[in-house]
Amino acid sequence: MATSRKHPVSRRGFMAGTTALAAGTLGFPAIGGAQAATVKVGLIHPVTGFVAYNGQQGRLGATMAIEDVNKAGGIKAMGGARLEALLGDSQSKVEVGVSEVEKMNGAGVAAYIGCFQSPVGIAASQAASKYGTPFLIDVGASDQLVTRGLKNTFRLMPGFGVSVEQGISSLGALNNAANGVAKSAVIVHESGEFGTGTAKLLASKLPSIGISVKEVIGHDNPTRNFDNIALRIRSMAPDLVMMSNYQNEYMLLARTLHQQKVNLAGFFSILGGGFNYKFVKEMPDVAQYMMDVNHWFNPKSAKAQALKKRVEAGGALFTFEVYLAYSTVMLLAQSLEHAGSADKEKLTAAIAGSTFNAELMPYRETRFVNGQNQGARPAVLQALKGDIQVIGPEDVASAKAVFPRPKFT
Amino acid sequence: MFDPAIILAGVLNGLLAGGVYVLVAVGLTLIYGVLHIINFAHGSLLMLAMYAVFFLWRLLGVDPYVALPVVIAGAFVFGYLLYRGVIGRLSHGRDENILLITLGLSIVIDNLALLFFGGDTQTIDVSYGPDLQLGVAFLPVPKVVSFAASLLICAALGLYMARSDTGKAIRAVARERQGARLAGIDVPNIFAISYGIGIACLGAAACLLMPTYYVTPVSGHAFVLVAFTIVVLGGMGSFLGAAVGGLLIGVVESLGGLFLGEQLGQIGISAIFILILLLKPTGLFGGAR
Amino acid sequence: MNRAAVLAMIALAAAIVLPLLVPGYLVNVGMLVFFLAFIGQSWNLSGGFAGQTSFGHVVFFGTGAYTSTILHVTYGWNPWLAWPVAMAAGGLVGWIIAFLSFRAGLRGSYFALITLAFAEVFRILANSVPFTKGGLGMLIKAEPGAANFQFRDPVWFYYVALALCVVSLLIAWRLTQSRFGARLVAIRENEDAARALGIDVFAEKVKVLVLSGAMAAAGGTFYAQKYLYVDPNIAFGVDKSVEMLLVAMVGGAGTIFGPLMGAATLTAINEGTRWLASVVPALKNVQPLSLIVYGAMLILIVGRLPDGLASLFARRRRHA
Repeated sequence: MATSRKHPVSRRGFMAGTTALAAGTLGFPAIGGAQAATVKVGLIHPVTGFVAYNGQQGRLGATMAIEDVNKAGGIKAMGGARLEALLGDSQSKVEVGVSEVEKMNGAGVAAYIGCFQSPVGIAASQAASKYGTPFLIDVGASDQLVTRGLKNTFRLMPGFGVSVEQGISSLGALNNAANGVAKSAVIVHESGEFGTGTAKLLASKLPSIGISVKEVIGHDNPTRNFDNIALRIRSMAPDLVMMSNYQNEYMLLARTLHQQKVNLAGFFSILGGGFNYKFVKEMPDVAQYMMDVNHWFNPKSAKAQALKKRVEAGGALFTFEVYLAYSTVMLLAQSLEHAGSADKEKLTAAIAGSTFNAELMPYRETRFVNGQNQGARPAVLQALKGDIQVIGPEDVASAKAVFPRPKFT
Repeated sequence: MFDPAIILAGVLNGLLAGGVYVLVAVGLTLIYGVLHIINFAHGSLLMLAMYAVFFLWRLLGVDPYVALPVVIAGAFVFGYLLYRGVIGRLSHGRDENILLITLGLSIVIDNLALLFFGGDTQTIDVSYGPDLQLGVAFLPVPKVVSFAASLLICAALGLYMARSDTGKAIRAVARERQGARLAGIDVPNIFAISYGIGIACLGAAACLLMPTYYVTPVSGHAFVLVAFTIVVLGGMGSFLGAAVGGLLIGVVESLGGLFLGEQLGQIGISAIFILILLLKPTGLFGGAR
Repeated sequence: MNRAAVLAMIALAAAIVLPLLVPGYLVNVGMLVFFLAFIGQSWNLSGGFAGQTSFGHVVFFGTGAYTSTILHVTYGWNPWLAWPVAMAAGGLVGWIIAFLSFRAGLRGSYFALITLAFAEVFRILANSVPFTKGGLGMLIKAEPGAANFQFRDPVWFYYVALALCVVSLLIAWRLTQSRFGARLVAIRENEDAARALGIDVFAEKVKVLVLSGAMAAAGGTFYAQKYLYVDPNIAFGVDKSVEMLLVAMVGGAGTIFGPLMGAATLTAINEGTRWLASVVPALKNVQPLSLIVYGAMLILIVGRLPDGLASLFARRRRHA
């Protein structure tokens, strides 16, 4: 055993150091000495780890919205009270997310917004419910988030159930208009919560629009290569390939199938993780004609277009995490106005009865049932000529769909 | 799916994928064979090398294959310095501690990358022409090139280890540390060189992966579990083992995916791992340990 | 009573009283520390005392989490009753892995890697078999109440974690006093010599892995009941294996208090760096910095204290 007469770290120094750290974590000190009352909003996103990009985008949208609310005079019904963002990193772990909930509770948050990953969102909202604090899910696909009977949990965006419904109805309409050219599909999904759930639901509903499911292929996150999945797809020769996964795998499979010139009537994904401007601009040939049912802003909304410009001017991409988080903060702000205070019960009731106009989104009027916004709906998108167009629902469409896609020559 | 043409295509796909696994595994097996450490930082270092390839392409327009010598050399130097400056110095020569240090390093490197490069995915888009078609199999040109390059690099490295003075010194240290020291070999230097070569292999792997894969701050880790399996399968410390093991694992992964479905198919890799360890722990080509 | 025991009593009293003195957030952190110390101790038994380093200890944790959750959610068992079954399941998996691996004569890195592979196999299986609901994960219905191993007041989870930690410390202490423990140490120091001394090396290693597996599985059930959700990544992901290994080794493998010290230190660093990154205005957009500091501190601690934190408190008799 190595012996040393003096330890490089003294026992006393070590104890002192850790005690200081522990004491320091007793709460969030007030910064800058705000004068008027502030309403603390806890933001919990996975800003490090596997989905750091998505987490950072969510944080970006939320903090921008909070700034905008404050610039416009804060919560007027509370004497101009400003919103104060408490920033939390869930590190993609359930226990860390819950730890943030507890920490922010100690700091007196009025509401939480989070968590991108459904498992973290499930646990965090459960923890928040013990304190009766409203928990607003900005992004979280699992329907288990809003079917637990928790009175404090609200989700503005649609779950995968609604997204699948929208997908089925749009696909059915497209197929009818094309004389039923699509008769079979292969579903590819990520093996986690959202992919598995979406794929199951989709597989059960496709027959109702006359499309048979040849196979449902699940894959891991991450997947190193898609050559074999592409091989199987080619051998089954389906008319449609339908994906539900995260961005890297989505992009890899799309690229592989494109390189192998696989002929399909269409790519129709439900919550396809890679369907965004970066993908479409960096790989326009691969993306061309791909369709997706996803969270999207309303292209006819001037506010959304203006926000898009602002975000892009700041060097970031206008992804769904940004505008969903932004909209969620706006929902919270309006509810605070209606409640007239940050009292938890009043605020929860205000959110529950909210008719918030989600201006950025192609939603119908907000109406929460069991915490799920019934007015939420995804948009149906298609990549055309290096840009993303909304091809449905009809009242927000910016272009007509191209279906079936032309064959490779 | 049981059509022989599909199976053949699956085998070919597997070989191509395995080719790159080989490079990652070779580095790992060298580091283990000489230093007796399991390099937890392997995935993170692969990721760094991939970013290097990406930036060379994005900022200087250098094709990833052309970048091979530069990235390999740079990776070697980085690995050498990392060992000399951090790992070797702080581990006090204890294997368990090296493990923890490489673990800490991987956390630091991953998050430095996240901080400086951002979390979003980066890809290289270089077209090398249409896929080669062999029956039912579509073989992307970059994958074929990577496969060939990988095996060439392995062969070259194997020759170097067998013939050169440094190579002999490395093998001496791997076999008998004390004896090598007594014979006058500068063992700490050899350790650093070995680590450097291991990382240089990652540099090569990065160049060969980027044309068909992508890079994010966490994208290196996906290859490390496979690399561990290959190292064990081939025999820790054996180059030939890593090469054969890599190709074998590539094919198993491929066929497993075809027959059992992608998810369950991944079990093939772990199952092989377990079977090899239970039945012949020294691996296919491992010597007595 | 010797000095160490008195100190331990005082520390225990302080831990019991702590929730009355500090905010809820710190009580939660305390719970995490004790929980981590508990599962870290399970690693320590086989990895520290017996010297059988494992990279896949999460396999036991996940077995426990899923066993109790499936019994509770699918078959309606009360979680308290399911808990011992989960522990038994963990012990069984420990027995299987130990039997297979040690029969094949695996040691050192080979054993460590095979445990990693087993954990991966379990993760993939959990993702694919129907009775775990695969990737969807299993949700435990929130029914707060002590009878359901869920508590209306989170402080009770703190006390359960504390109790588990104390139990694990007692087990470790008993190990240092017992012949079984002495045999394990002999095996760790030199397996062949131990065999030559007449120790049934195989049987002892299997025993410790069964014990270790049961303990880690107990932690799994606790975790499931606290967070009410289990999925293959939570149950069998490599992160927990790393945490268990880390707290034990950083704290001092093979010592009684090592895992507790490691857990306290690493949790403090994690919480502290995350807190700093969220409140210091200049750091607001550089969250990864918190983990960079965490990794750097890990390297420093290991570099400066090669025998772990426990060596700070080890009696120094060596020099005159």
